Amino acid sequence: MAGPLLEVTGLSKRFGGFVALDGIDLTVAEGERVGLIGPNGSGKSTLVNCICGTLVNETGTVRFDGKAVDGLLTHERTRRGMARSFQLPRPFATLTVADNLRVPLLYTVNARLGRALSPAALDARCAELLQLVALSDKAAQLPRDLTQVEMRKLELARAMAAEPKLLIADESMAGLSQSEVDDIVALLIRLNERGITIVLIEHIMRAVMKFSQRLIVLVSGKKIADGRPEAVIRDPEVERAYLGQ
Amino acid sequence: MRTRVFLLISIAVAALVFLGARMVNNDYVFFAGYTVLQFIVLATAWNILGGYTGYVNFGSAAFFALGAYATVFWHKFYPLPIPFLIVIGGAVSGIVGLGMGYLTLRLRGAFFAIATLALAVVLQTLVVNWDYVGGSRGAYIIRPNEIPLIGPYVQYLFLIQPNEIALIGPYVQYLVLPYVQYLFLLMLALAVIALTIARGIERSQLGYGFATIRDDELAAEASGVPTLRLKLVATTISGALMGMAGAPFPYYIGYLQPSSAFGLEYAVNSIAMPMIGGTTSWVGPLIGAVLLGSLQQIATVTISSAVNLLIVGLLLVAFVIIAPNGIIGLVQGWTRGRAK
Repeated sequence: MAGPLLEVTGLSKRFGGFVALDGIDLTVAEGERVGLIGPNGSGKSTLVNCICGTLVNETGTVRFDGKAVDGLLTHERTRRGMARSFQLPRPFATLTVADNLRVPLLYTVNARLGRALSPAALDARCAELLQLVALSDKAAQLPRDLTQVEMRKLELARAMAAEPKLLIADESMAGLSQSEVDDIVALLIRLNERGITIVLIEHIMRAVMKFSQRLIVLVSGKKIADGRPEAVIRDPEVERAYLGQ
Repeated sequence: MRTRVFLLISIAVAALVFLGARMVNNDYVFFAGYTVLQFIVLATAWNILGGYTGYVNFGSAAFFALGAYATVFWHKFYPLPIPFLIVIGGAVSGIVGLGMGYLTLRLRGAFFAIATLALAVVLQTLVVNWDYVGGSRGAYIIRPNEIPLIGPYVQYLFLIQPNEIALIGPYVQYLVLPYVQYLFLLMLALAVIALTIARGIERSQLGYGFATIRDDELAAEASGVPTLRLKLVATTISGALMGMAGAPFPYYIGYLQPSSAFGLEYAVNSIAMPMIGGTTSWVGPLIGAVLLGSLQQIATVTISSAVNLLIVGLLLVAFVIIAPNGIIGLVQGWTRGRAK
């Protein structure tokens, strides 16, 4: 294997006088399951937004799949194989659940293939994705008719529809019950087994520990730990950040 | 139903409308019908940007007027047949639409609406101060009373020999159209084109892309939708269709002045008609334009022409409160309610 799938070096982002991210370096290898944790306001979502191109970082580079993606727009990065789910689900409210999945197929998969999938192939892929997240019987409904956990699954399925190499799941379990969390973790592990590299951003430690092969901790815009999950949570600096002194 | 089939059906419907109007054989029918058709084109054009992508354009009158003034310019500079002028008007307004898209692409919601309104004011000021097209005095366009369907140009196009013209001599009355009927026919064709484009977009990849822009631009980008490019496509198509609707207008009205071409009537109607009909489908602007357009024409002859905008205003307020998704929304809600 050539190099890491995702490589972030010296990434900084400021909002006015506030330094949200300060010289972040991190790498994610292909096929890895990485957990990204940190207290509220530590810059996790900002980091995701910089990696995906929603926000523009002042310094540093993001390399994906061996190429620098700085200056590329979000949709171009998506087409290169980066996908994300949003912290608060952002479904396309006026499209049905199935059509929500059709959008990345039409705009990302078609663009990558360089040709248009046939209507039958599109329908088949939508059905397959819906089955993967157990939403098959809601295909014709509008997102507003879904429950919270179903909405999260739709969010993940839509990210998956773009057939990404890397999936960044931004707090896809916040506010869910224990069994629902297990449900989503199982789903993510299943996706990883299909060969998709996953970065999970989460507060629920039980889920993070169960999911992650490696843990990265962000505090006040700085990376303070990066390593095996069991070792990282025993790190005194991490304990201090989470529990206070 | 395929777009081609839809086009054939709408051409058939348009032919029936024209024949029906011919049967009535009253110039007023064509005169009033032209206005209704013009609003079908304007409302459909507005809806491609406003309904499909959710960007509310308050400057429809400017695009309409650009088409009309392009015609005035060419009428003075080098008179051309109206079909050519329609293409030119569409090109001018389409380019301005593209430019407006570029300038305003970072604006959303009310800010975008204000920017389009500002564009209308700027363009109106330019036209008022441009003497060549009449400035604030306005411009007169003298139109012929009738137009031969087999004019020299068509003869040339279809290689009709002069002796063949003599052959069809007895039927020549059917080959000469009163001018207002000719304009009506052109606008009918434009309405067919506009509706076919709108419906075609709705069922294509472009339609899905537009809907995602309306729903959530950030999520659209994350799904691979090039939102910027699609917005420019929408502003261009929408602007071009409005310009095309405006191009024959000087010939229809005979006297064009900035305050009538840039009139509030066009801006308000092109928003109100899709809103009242329903913005999510091509049917909505059609229903809204036919309903509101006819109502206004009836009000003009029975009550007074000043009551027009009052009707539009009241209906718009009523619909925004009672049926925010327009007539289509009402019907959908009703059928869904019955299904349950």
